[in-house]
Amino acid sequence: MDKEYIPFTKEMKKTHTILVPNMLPTHFKLVMKVLSGYGYKSELLESSGPEITELGLKYVHNDTCYPALLVIGQFLDAIINRGYDPHKVALILFQTGGGCRASNYISLLRKALKKAGYGYVPVIPLAFNALEKHPGFTLSPSVIYKMIYAVVFGDIIANLKNQCKPYEIYKGDTDNLVEMYTTKITGAIQRDKLFFSKSKRYFKEIADAFAKIPMDKTQSRVKVGVVGEIYVKYSPLGNNNLEHFLQKEGAEVVCPGIIDFFLYCIYANISDYKLYKMKKKLYIPMKIAYKAFKGMQRQLIEAIRSAQIFDVPPTFEHIKKLAEEYISTGAQMGEGWLLPAEMLELSERGVNNIICTQPFGCLPNHIFGKGMMKPLKDKNPHISIVAIDYDPGATRVNQENRIKLMLTNATLQKPKKDEESDSNYITTEQKEMANL
Amino acid sequence: MNYSLGVDIGSTTAKAVLIDDNGEILYSTYERHYSKVLEKCRELLENVYSITGDSSINFAISGSAGLGISEAIRVPFIQEVVSESEVVKHTAPDTSCIIELGGEDAKIVFFDGGIDERMNGTCAGGTGAFIDQMATLLNVTTDELDSLSLDAQRIYPVASRCGVFAKTDIQPLINQGARKEDIAKSIFQAVVNQTIAGLAQGRTISGKVMFLGGPLSFFKGLRDCFKETLKLSDEDVIFPDYAKVSVALGAAFYASTLGHTYNIKDLLERVSKATLPTGSSNVKALFENENEYNEFIQRHEKATVPKRDIASYRGCAYLGIDCGSTTTKLVLISENREILYTYYSSNKGNPVDVVKNCLQKIYKLCKSRIRIKGSAVTGYGEELIKNAFSIDYGIVETLAHFTAAKHFKSDVDFILDIGGQDIKCFKIHNGAIDSIMLNEACSSGCGSFLETFSKSLGYSAEEFAQKGIFAKRPVNLGSRCTVFMNSSVKQAQKEGATVEDISAGLAVSVVKNAIYKVIRAGSADELGENIVVQGGTFYNNAVLRAFEKELGRNVIRPEISGLMGAYGAALYAMRATLSSIISEERLSEFSHTATGMICKGCTNNCHLTLNKFSDGSTFISGNQCQRGAGLKEGSSLPNLYEFKRNLLLSEDSFESNKKTIGLPLALGMYELLPLWKTIFKELGFNVLVSPMSSRELYEKGQFSIPSDTACYPAKLMHGHIMSLLEKKADAIFYPCLTYNINEKLSDNHYNCPVVAYYSELLSGNVERLKDTVFLFPYLNINSKRELSRGLYDYLNASGIGSFTKREIKKAVSCGYSALKEYRLSVLNEGKKALDYAKAEGKDVMILAGRPYHIDSLICHGIDKLALSLGFVVVSEDSLPLPKVKAHVNVLNQWTYHARLYNAAQYACENERTELVQLVSFGCGVDAITTDEVRSILEGHGKLYTQIKIDEITNPGAVKIRLRSLIGAMEESRKE
Repeated sequence: MDKEYIPFTKEMKKTHTILVPNMLPTHFKLVMKVLSGYGYKSELLESSGPEITELGLKYVHNDTCYPALLVIGQFLDAIINRGYDPHKVALILFQTGGGCRASNYISLLRKALKKAGYGYVPVIPLAFNALEKHPGFTLSPSVIYKMIYAVVFGDIIANLKNQCKPYEIYKGDTDNLVEMYTTKITGAIQRDKLFFSKSKRYFKEIADAFAKIPMDKTQSRVKVGVVGEIYVKYSPLGNNNLEHFLQKEGAEVVCPGIIDFFLYCIYANISDYKLYKMKKKLYIPMKIAYKAFKGMQRQLIEAIRSAQIFDVPPTFEHIKKLAEEYISTGAQMGEGWLLPAEMLELSERGVNNIICTQPFGCLPNHIFGKGMMKPLKDKNPHISIVAIDYDPGATRVNQENRIKLMLTNATLQKPKKDEESDSNYITTEQKEMANL
Repeated sequence: MNYSLGVDIGSTTAKAVLIDDNGEILYSTYERHYSKVLEKCRELLENVYSITGDSSINFAISGSAGLGISEAIRVPFIQEVVSESEVVKHTAPDTSCIIELGGEDAKIVFFDGGIDERMNGTCAGGTGAFIDQMATLLNVTTDELDSLSLDAQRIYPVASRCGVFAKTDIQPLINQGARKEDIAKSIFQAVVNQTIAGLAQGRTISGKVMFLGGPLSFFKGLRDCFKETLKLSDEDVIFPDYAKVSVALGAAFYASTLGHTYNIKDLLERVSKATLPTGSSNVKALFENENEYNEFIQRHEKATVPKRDIASYRGCAYLGIDCGSTTTKLVLISENREILYTYYSSNKGNPVDVVKNCLQKIYKLCKSRIRIKGSAVTGYGEELIKNAFSIDYGIVETLAHFTAAKHFKSDVDFILDIGGQDIKCFKIHNGAIDSIMLNEACSSGCGSFLETFSKSLGYSAEEFAQKGIFAKRPVNLGSRCTVFMNSSVKQAQKEGATVEDISAGLAVSVVKNAIYKVIRAGSADELGENIVVQGGTFYNNAVLRAFEKELGRNVIRPEISGLMGAYGAALYAMRATLSSIISEERLSEFSHTATGMICKGCTNNCHLTLNKFSDGSTFISGNQCQRGAGLKEGSSLPNLYEFKRNLLLSEDSFESNKKTIGLPLALGMYELLPLWKTIFKELGFNVLVSPMSSRELYEKGQFSIPSDTACYPAKLMHGHIMSLLEKKADAIFYPCLTYNINEKLSDNHYNCPVVAYYSELLSGNVERLKDTVFLFPYLNINSKRELSRGLYDYLNASGIGSFTKREIKKAVSCGYSALKEYRLSVLNEGKKALDYAKAEGKDVMILAGRPYHIDSLICHGIDKLALSLGFVVVSEDSLPLPKVKAHVNVLNQWTYHARLYNAAQYACENERTELVQLVSFGCGVDAITTDEVRSILEGHGKLYTQIKIDEITNPGAVKIRLRSLIGAMEESRKE
């Protein structure tokens, strides 16, 4: 790693806007509101369009994974095409470590900035183990704690949104509630010094509020699980707005939360100690973090369970247990063992149609995605997994065609409830069309 | 009567089937739609109307381009695969499996035990389109290709993963003069292998198999290949009459079940009102207005070469031949460098005949007035042509192109050549070539793609190019590879793009591919001031303009753009005083035959072509080393690759009373074999190491590879496992190692995810591993104590034996000593090699890659090729390197990769030492390392040479790279 980097200075806190890539829109908005409470100006980049990919291709080695191309392309696009003053912005990037090449995003971003003539723009890595010093961006443990809470609340909101939106009777109910709680929760997190003692109450309040949305659950919807490489799984920019496409096709999206990925990253350190007696110093702090995160997850699960009408997400321990029959939890690069485990867990909940998203040529997903499909299917023949590659050259029509095939197949194989057997797999939309 | 109509609109063709109540086909059609999908749709409906009249019909649409239409005219859509299962249900319910090849898709649908569909991944597109392209390459129609294949005698191995790769394999075969019949069959076999290995992935294809889709209904040869390969009897294969319209038929069946009817008149109206959404395009028009275009044309008309009428010229002349991958070019120049005669032709599958005919013509024109005083040949077919016609010089392409470009612009500092197959670029610094970039397989074929594509739309290349000039909204087609571009065109067609927009879009794509993938330039300034572009593709004004626009700079395109290699060769030939070129009399008797054979010189088993000429002389092509060419045993220069191979493959004795542990010699095992081997021997096992990789070994395991885009070294692992299973190893061992040995050269010491965890994938996907004990513990190899503990727990629990802590500890200790010894002997040998080079004044090549790149199949004999070119070959781990972390701009966290940076540093600090980096296709980590290694080398004024390797063997391309490197080294030494 380059030892010389541009630090984010204390002055910059006043003058600079921190640009945030569009990975987890719901979650990041919450986190940004927390940061703004501490005086940071930040903006979520919601731009899309071919310029982004093109800038990525221009400034990053073309064989680098698609998320790197997109994230870097989006930053450069903001500076070059969208009027952000390059002398008044800083970039922040969430950075995982480990043996996957994704651990190099920060370096690649800095290289690209230099190449494009913006080497002076500070880049702040948001990582579990921060190695760099940015005097203007020093987060106290309490800020970090609040940010983590914001992310976990992002999880519950995103989860419930997916469960309600396809069934809402009055269009817009769900989105309004999402909007409302994004504001309310961040307000509470910022104001309330003792927020953690009340978090349970807030989880419950959210779950109950979503449960009250008038819904028509008689509509039959195919539940589709979305798993995969962390960026393309969540980012609408990365996955060609997959969530929207699936909802339009009449499916209910089930997308495991980010907290499991956090727990997985923490557990990787614990497992290094258990398996190899490495990272001894990290063992105790990681154990503590592990416990704290699990505690938050428990609150989230309990709240959803108590609302009674929702599918309840699993605990991390449960997912881990499912994995162990298929793969060692020592396998920890990229999404590692968590990826097949999430597929198993989805299937266990009756979500048997799963889209496994990955950037074209994703190294860990050779093993954990495509490599695990056969053993998973051998033991769970009812599971149907379709692997979708995302890439600057992969066309949407191909991706959607494949997903459509899975959806049609899912409707075909669904136990036929009524008499009109063959017309079962015409969507309502098609029926409407035919009648026009 | 009740009519049901199914329409299938695919990427290039439209199909329609009309059936009656009984499922009888009343009308069916299969036509190309030339991107005009709505018009075609209307035409089909009108045809149907002439049969059905005003009766109402059931109607459904299918196909990739059908989706958009179904939405636009509001009729039901049925996914293609579902449509086919309708066909099976109605016509042959006992079918257990469908294999369907379309223009770009390949599918297998299994019906036993629930429908299981498999479609080709994004990287395996191109079957029908691929066959079209191959036929063009062989200069035959597809029907001729089919009948040729029936007379084949042998099958050449052709990479089956991707159309582009297959082409790279086939091109050299054509150049080497292999029989067309054999090539034709090899092409079909490649399609079959691609389908079976890529799609079935281990699931057995048996029972009744139905074959569908255009290519399978047109080509008997292809059907035969499938039948033979799958070992199917006549009763088990169904080749229905409706194969090419099956999806439309299925849609018709589906429509008949829906119970909604339409009036055709009404449908026609909907079609004529429909508009397809046009895709958002941010690609700017190539020309704003007519004036810009005129200025452009005038500017480029200035780059001419003086010509002289051959009929009146008297004196000496020089001949240049450029025998390229798809075309052959000849240029004859006068003593004043005026062009007397030029020739440009497709190879027509046999460059020797092309050159012969052309030479005869030249001799006729020369009469006694003109004497050829010198001749030179360059390009893929250089050696073949040089031998066949006794040409004076064979020169490397880069040199030929540079010589020619200098003639147009003496201070040229950047040359870009886009030919049919290759993109080559080189920077000129201080009058010498100092950096060479060649495309990888993935960006090859851009030029010929343009040509093939224009033909498929029914235009000549010139017409197609001209259409793009004034396109208003060029479509964005991406720049990954031609297969992807093809796929993007599909999307654009769906969105209703015009031929003009597609033509311009393709031009922009080709250019972007060159700039961003091959040159990897961020800005025009990186290229230089004086840029000369050439190659046949630049005759296309749309491409030329797109390049200037993308760069924001005017460039020079010589009028003889496509002949520059030959012109350069002719200029080079001017140094001759007396030519040895074949005389007119001997030429008239000249004939040539080519036969294929397999080299037995080493395990590489190169496919050779023996060319026999009428004077009794012979020439062997296709060899990767001197041995194959029948020359004396290569050279005696030190070769660390060979040394390491021999060191690892020492024979072992077997004792029948001991259990046998199998170690697959692949991926990380290439590094740690001494450690594991010793440990297991010490623990009382026979140790069985799988042999070096071979094509046969690869094929043994190919069917169980779940991810086609993983790197070749990883995919070979499957073959190694199969080979150990065949030899009945009692257990197979390949551990999971998140962390590699910490050599203290980097900030962390990871393995890449594939090396680290491939065992997890093997355990889940190689069915037969269940017949043995597969041991893949997670181990810490950085501490004797932890390794002993890990092995003690794991081995005792595995059931292959019981061991005491003491036994294990001792074995581990011995293992580390063996590993240390191995590393020391590699270092010692490295030192010897370097000392030898110094003493004998030889050039050193650091062939830098991963430990597993020494595998003779993976490295395709590149080490031997380098030796034959006079290099001493050392590996990245045999250098006397200081234990310091290299200064790099990226996270330096992988053990193997850290060595690369240090080796690059070593190359910079030592004279007569060059580094060539071997990169496996699909290696994600190397996307990061290559830029860094390049910047280390170029920062010190060294040349960076990268060779990307995969399944394909194209020694020609590698040779060009290495010879260009030598040329550049010599140039810089002269200074």
